[in-house]
Amino acid sequence: MGVMIFLACAIVASIPLSWGARRVMAAVLPRNMARVARDMPLTAAFGIMVIAVYLFVALFAPLLAPFPERAVVGSQFQPWDSTHWLGTDRLGRDMLSRLIYGARNTVGIAFATTALAFLVGSVLGIWAALRGGWLDQVLSRFVDALMAIPALIFSLLLLTIFGTSVLTLILVIAAVDATRVFRIARSVAQGVVVMDYIEAARLRGEGTAYLIGREILPNALAPLVAEFGLRFCFVFLTISSLSFLGLGIQPPTADWGSMVRDNATLITFGDVTPLLPAGAIALLTVAVNFVVDWQLYRASGLKEQAG
Amino acid sequence: MHAVLVMILQRLALGVVTLFVVSVVIFGATELLPGDLASTLLGQSATPETVAALRTQLGLDQPAPLRYWAWATGVVQGDFGVSLATRRPIADMLAMRLGNTVFLALYAAALAVPLALILGILAALWRNSIFDRVANAGALSAISFPEFFVAYILIFILAQSGFFPSMVRLSPDMALGDKLYATFLPALTLTLVVTAHMMRMTRAAIINLMASPYIEMARLKGLSPLRIVLRHALPNALAPIINVIALNLAYLITGVVVVEVVFVYPGLGQLMVDSVAKRDIAVVQAIALIFASAYVLLNLSADVLSTLTNPRLMRRT
Repeated sequence: MGVMIFLACAIVASIPLSWGARRVMAAVLPRNMARVARDMPLTAAFGIMVIAVYLFVALFAPLLAPFPERAVVGSQFQPWDSTHWLGTDRLGRDMLSRLIYGARNTVGIAFATTALAFLVGSVLGIWAALRGGWLDQVLSRFVDALMAIPALIFSLLLLTIFGTSVLTLILVIAAVDATRVFRIARSVAQGVVVMDYIEAARLRGEGTAYLIGREILPNALAPLVAEFGLRFCFVFLTISSLSFLGLGIQPPTADWGSMVRDNATLITFGDVTPLLPAGAIALLTVAVNFVVDWQLYRASGLKEQAG
Repeated sequence: MHAVLVMILQRLALGVVTLFVVSVVIFGATELLPGDLASTLLGQSATPETVAALRTQLGLDQPAPLRYWAWATGVVQGDFGVSLATRRPIADMLAMRLGNTVFLALYAAALAVPLALILGILAALWRNSIFDRVANAGALSAISFPEFFVAYILIFILAQSGFFPSMVRLSPDMALGDKLYATFLPALTLTLVVTAHMMRMTRAAIINLMASPYIEMARLKGLSPLRIVLRHALPNALAPIINVIALNLAYLITGVVVVEVVFVYPGLGQLMVDSVAKRDIAVVQAIALIFASAYVLLNLSADVLSTLTNPRLMRRT
């Protein structure tokens, strides 16, 4: 019951907070961006605010955390008190400090993975759309075959084969997600490739790298940015789930998914501490989704006005 | 009738081809290893003799196509080989668990499908109302939650106070009522996660349809909004809705893995996670093949069913 009341309070408190954040953004940003900020819905302002807080915590983790990430500083499962604000975990490490360092590790690894998936997926996708012919056919059929297997199942299979370490985790998830990015990038680029200015650039004798980087990518960027947000959520949730299953980021690195798993027994005793890292994961994905939703809505709204 | 049969046969043939490709990918993934499976499994301290022995035992001294053929013919006859860790036949390990996982997925589907359809239709009907906005924000949040977060919140609220068991213990001779009670929390977790997706997609499908001219006509005739939705929009929305349901049942397949681990549910997902940790590749391959086949079959049946509800789709190809 206490949790429900707390959640209700948090939701009520977030409304004036995001309203304030919107006002601050409208005041601080340069003029044309300030107008966009003033008109955005509260959910989007809330999302941007949350993302900013996460970035701040991730960047300044060593300054914010009261204790080191991996040091045992107390006895096991200490309750909340004035030195250990959120108590200690299974091995006696400070929960709050690990939560703060988790922002750096979990979000950082998810971001690196998404970026890698995007780099590989979008370059291959645009290349396939640009070249067409057999290259397009081979790549597309290959991606179709890989996509016939559910993503989490395929990741589990690859992790069995290559073993579980952070590097294999990043490579495996990036490879699986690159197939999804490839699909989007290819279909977006196919709309761009038929334009006259691409033909003109080709006639000028520009190379493939120039065509992809300078002609197609800038014109395909808007849908790809929205897709990046959504993909990040997927990757972040997948990595957290794998870490929760004990197959992702390995101890002693502080990570939210494995923190839930390690301390899950506390929940059955009515302690909310293990829910906090899970809540931190959920809050960030909600925030990113809110911002992406707004961006998608904005993109479609502008199109309606133009047409 | 003839055209329908041809269509179904075509799709089935396509499904068989997809299954073949999927099985090749799952089997062939082990070939990606630098070196081979035997030396990876035994680690660096292994002597060349033990590696060679394991290689013969696993049949790695034979060429890959031959090994695939032996594996695939075995699978078709229900023989998945033996586990690398326990040396037990994999088929025996799977038999019980497959039934449990299917039970859990069907249970969740039975709760989620009606709930999502009703919520989605209501949200489309009262578009841009408070109900629609709250339902939408709620669904967007629920999609963003990791499955284990939903599961632990439910445990915290419902299990900790003793309403429902937080760990699932199943025995073969349980009555259906007891079984439904024991598996309520995992099923509810999956329901919550899947309902959000399904509701949003149903809403989008109905709103899309509401823009078509014959709905305008029905509205101008003065029909009530509920009647328009139920009699005019819904029959035509069947094809997208069937797709939505199948997509989400396919989504259940991955959700089931995490949820089974949280609730210590004796299903395929839990066995798969254990086997990944032990690097028991034979078991992981078998379960991955089962999950992937279920996924392919669900998509296939969605395709066939939505074509049946909308004959215009038949002339698509």
